[in-house]
Parts: sequence; C-alpha cells; structure tokens
Amino acid sequence: MDFLESIHNSWKIINRSKARSFLTMLGITIGVMAVIIVMSVGAGAQSLILNQVKSMGSNLIGVLPGASEDDGPPASALGVVVTTLTYDDGKEILDKGCDCIESLTMYVSGNDSITRDDTSVNTTFTGTTASYIDVEDAAVEFGRFFSEEEEKGVAHVVVLGNEVKESLFGDQNPIGLRLRIKKINFTIIGVMEKRGVSGFQNQDDQVFVPISTAQKLLLGIDYVSLIRAKVDTAEHVEQAMDSVENILRDRHDIATGEADDFSVRSMAQGLEALSMITNALKFFLVAVSSIALVVGGFGIMNIMLATVQERTREIGLRKAVGAKSSHITMQFLIESVVITFLGGGIGILLGIFISIVVAQVAQAMGYEWDLVITISSILLGCGVSIGIGLLFGISPARRASKLNAIEALRYE
Amino acid sequence: MSITKLIQVENLTKQYENEEVVTKILHGLTFDIEKGEFVSIMGPSGSGKSTLMHILGFLDKLSTGVFSFEGRDVSQLNDDELADMRSKKIGFVFQAFNLLNRASALENVMLPMLYTDATKKERTNRAKELLTQVGLEHRMEHSPSQLSGGEKQRVAIARALVNNPQVIFADEPTGNLDSKSGLQVMKILQDLNEEGNTIILVTHEKYTAEHAKRILKIRDGLIVDDSLVTQRQLAGLNGELTK
Repeated sequence: MDFLESIHNSWKIINRSKARSFLTMLGITIGVMAVIIVMSVGAGAQSLILNQVKSMGSNLIGVLPGASEDDGPPASALGVVVTTLTYDDGKEILDKGCDCIESLTMYVSGNDSITRDDTSVNTTFTGTTASYIDVEDAAVEFGRFFSEEEEKGVAHVVVLGNEVKESLFGDQNPIGLRLRIKKINFTIIGVMEKRGVSGFQNQDDQVFVPISTAQKLLLGIDYVSLIRAKVDTAEHVEQAMDSVENILRDRHDIATGEADDFSVRSMAQGLEALSMITNALKFFLVAVSSIALVVGGFGIMNIMLATVQERTREIGLRKAVGAKSSHITMQFLIESVVITFLGGGIGILLGIFISIVVAQVAQAMGYEWDLVITISSILLGCGVSIGIGLLFGISPARRASKLNAIEALRYE
Repeated sequence: MSITKLIQVENLTKQYENEEVVTKILHGLTFDIEKGEFVSIMGPSGSGKSTLMHILGFLDKLSTGVFSFEGRDVSQLNDDELADMRSKKIGFVFQAFNLLNRASALENVMLPMLYTDATKKERTNRAKELLTQVGLEHRMEHSPSQLSGGEKQRVAIARALVNNPQVIFADEPTGNLDSKSGLQVMKILQDLNEEGNTIILVTHEKYTAEHAKRILKIRDGLIVDDSLVTQRQLAGLNGELTK
C-alpha cells in the first residue's frame, strides 16, 4: 500500500464521521485562521503607521530636551517636563549650525478651550515659529500664517486648523474675526489646509499662535518642548545632527565626558524604533493567537485517543493479518495529519478572506492600508498544521501500534 | 535428510507472569503437523487450546520448548518478523468473524494484502477470485451488516486465503452460526483441505472436531490424545451431512 493510498483511506475514514471530524478540525482551523489574520492585519497596520511617519519627511531631525539612551524614548516623550531647551538655542542652531539645515521651527503646546462668542471647543494650541509652514510642508488655505515679527513680538494672532474652523465657523470666512483663548483676545489671520491624521495626531484639530505669545501669555514658560529642523538632503542628516549636538553642548556648558541634556533624533531613527515596537507587537499577537493552535492540537490528540480506543478490535485484526507496528503507527499518524492539514487549509482560506475584507474596509475608510499576505505566512500555516498533526498524533498512534493483538481482538 | 515438517513442537510450555503470580497454561506439548493435514485441536474451555493457537499463529510467544515452522525456529524471530510470518504464512478465521464493518466484502478480503507488495489491481483480482470461490460473487460490494452469518464467515475464509498461506487457523469457525451455515463453512474447509491446504481447527465440540482428519485433544495444558478420526463427518454442499 503506497502513501497516496493511505491518505485516501484516511480520507474515507474521516468522511465516515463528518460531524466529529469537522469539530476536530475546527480548533486547528480557528488557530491557523487567527495566525494568518494577525500576520496580515498586523503587517497592514504596521505599514499604515510607518507610511504616516514617513510622510512627515525623512530629512527632518528633532531636538528634544532631556537626555536619552540611543534606542529608548527621551524623557520628554514620556511626559516628564524638562526645561533645558530654549528659543535662543533654536536660533543659534539655525545661525551657526551646518549649512545643510535649511530651516528650523520650535514648538510649545497646551490644551484649553477656545471661545467664539458663546461657542467654545476644547483643542490644542501650538506655539510655533513662522518657519513652521516650511519645515512641516504645510500650507494655509486662506488668509496667511504669522510673520517673523509677530513670532517675536507676542502678537495676538491665531491661525486655525481646518477642523477647528469648521466647528466654530462652519462655512463662514473667519479672517479678521476674533476669538478668545484663556480669556485673551486673538485675531484670526488664516486657516490651514486639511492635513489629516499624521504621526498619531490630528493635525487639523489645533490652532497655531506665535511661540512668544504661547510662552508668555498662555503658558507662562520660557523653554521650548521641541525643535525640528529640515535638512536639505537625507544624506546630510548625520552631519546636521552632529552640528546640533556641538552647538547645544557648547551653549549648555557640558564638559567632555558628561552626557547631553538633550536628545537629537532623526526620522530614520524614529522609524527604526517604531518598526521595532510594531514588530514586537506583531509577534506578540502571533504568539497569543498560536495558543489557539495548541488548544486545537490537544483536541486532535483527544479525538485520536478516542478513535484508537474505539478501533481496538480493528487494530488487533490488522495485526493478526500481518500489519507491523509501523504500519499501524503510520495509519493513525496519517489520519491525524490529514485532519489537521485539512483544518489548516480551511483556516488559511478563511484567514486570507477575512484579511482581504479588513483591507477593503480600511481602504474604504480612507486609510493607506496595504493588503499583506505573504507566501511565508501561508507556508507557515501549512507547516504548522502538519506539524501539529504529527506532534499531537504521535502519542495516539504509538498507543495503537503497541496494542497486544490477542487482547485487542478480544476487546468489546 | 528427512522432509521438513511444516510445524514441529517439542516440549512447548507457556506461562503468564502477572505481579509475581505465575499462571501455567501449557505444560509441555510435543507434536508435529505436516503439510496438507487437517487437524482439530480440541479441548474444553480453559484447556489452553486458544493459547496454543496463538503461539502457532505467531501472535504469542512460547515460554520454553521449541516451535519450528518449516524448519525455522520461531522463538528467534522479532516482532516485525512475526508480523511478516502472519502476513505470508498463515490465515485466520475467527469465531466472531472480525470483519471491518464499514468496508465492503471485497475490501475486507483485500485487507491482508495491504501489508504486502501487491498492487491494487493484483489485490482486487485476487479478492474477487476468492469471493467467487466461496460462492459470494454476488456479494462483493456488500458490507458485513448486509451479510448473513454464514456469508460473513465465508468472507473471512476468503480473507484468510488471500495471501496463499501455508496454514489456515480456524478458531471455532462455526461457533456463531446455525447448523446449516456451519456445515457450509465446514464443507469449504474440507474442500480447501482436499486441494492441499493445511488446516488447523480449534474447537471444543467433538462433532465439529470430527470434520478434521486428526484430533489433538488437550486438557489442562497437556495433550491427552492424538489420533486419526475414524468416523469422519463430511459436510455436503448444501449443508447436509454425507457420510
């Protein structure tokens, strides 16, 4: 009897008790399906996040207050307030730093309600510089952004994010109108173009004020929480980072051998850290969904043990007519592998189907979602289901092969 | 050089040890069986006849003594070699038929050939030929539940013959049958013997045993009589007795 014939015979036996075989398969089907979906949706979500960050530009560098390890997040990113970075630091970097730094902007921000007459919305106000438009590659839809004079001169002007404009003014043109932030009057001079969600933040749900105004009138601080610089080409990023570090160490009087009190980061580093985090998440999810596979495996083992028990006489007979122990082992092993392979195959198909649905829905909702189904995840699904059949089938099969033929024939 | 006997047994004993309790089943049996014989092993239940059949049928191992088959010392064989002997040298017919209920008569007959090198075509042809020989050419695709007791046992006989065995062991083959079907089965066994097959019949009934040509009587693990049958029962084609 050759291998194909054994598979055919197992198929016939599985077909005999369809309901039981189906329920046995279900565990493996769900497990494999979960792994395929998690791998595909995980990769899709990862590409979505990375694409969004990439769209912010690969030639940006950021300077954050507070020291950090190379791979870890800086203290300020974890919400600790560090006050070592100032407006003058930023200006000096632009003046004396590497020529490759094209432009530079700085940020402070806070949250408060913004009031127009008796309507108010709670939103983020960002204090920044006139060069924001250039560095962030943003644009105003109508009106104008504030000037360098306004940036330095504590001007009471505000530029609205698109969403804030919508919710406060609707279709009305707000240019020249007034609104209040923290009971201070501001004149609206512009409205930003719609930018969408980028880097975990809704760019349209904020208002922009000159940095000096935000520092002195709204927040009462004299430091900045982020400096962002635009480098002319991606190749010059390293050089630019070095020059920023030198200038700041000098300005902050940091002796040789002492650690920086600030952190310089490039988008490339950020992307790397982000991929590491998202990868870890993805593998964690795969590991969790693999639990279903293990549970399914024990289900197979349970059923195969019951099958062996049920077919004791058959095993005894097969031995009496000349089957070797190895024949019996193979018979039951092939049977459990056929079940798991079938279950796994169905799981792969369902997993692919659901991944496609998820991608379609995400794309319909306007996300940049890539449908990622790799050959390797399909092969992994096949391999895992065969492996589980072998792993969890071996013990029932060996039990069958060790049955004593005489006792087995007498078994009732 | 003398012609090698098919089965030679000398001073064979069998005992089971179970948690230091030793149960002796066979106390030293000596006999030969030659090719072409039709021997009944007869004895009451508990006499050890089934144990003896299991040993002669390569399903069990002896404790002491010698058992050689075609001159080959069986006690030297390992489990796989014993399986090989079961596959090639013998065929079993059981009281309880032991057919696979979900398989057709044809598939049941082919079963022992699954463990040989025979191709599917060879298996099918051989099984069809044998089912025809036992008069079941019209029942090939029937499952055992669709067959009468006598028909089941005839399927089992066809299965026993499928690998051209040297010996057919029939363990109470008529035990579950009415007398007419029982006689039909005995008739087939007698015909097979006439064609030169060696048959060993295990039974507790004197009447059934007398269908053979020779009876080995066993009691309490010992041979108490070994003689040829003088008044042989001959089964007729339709289940009637013909003396």
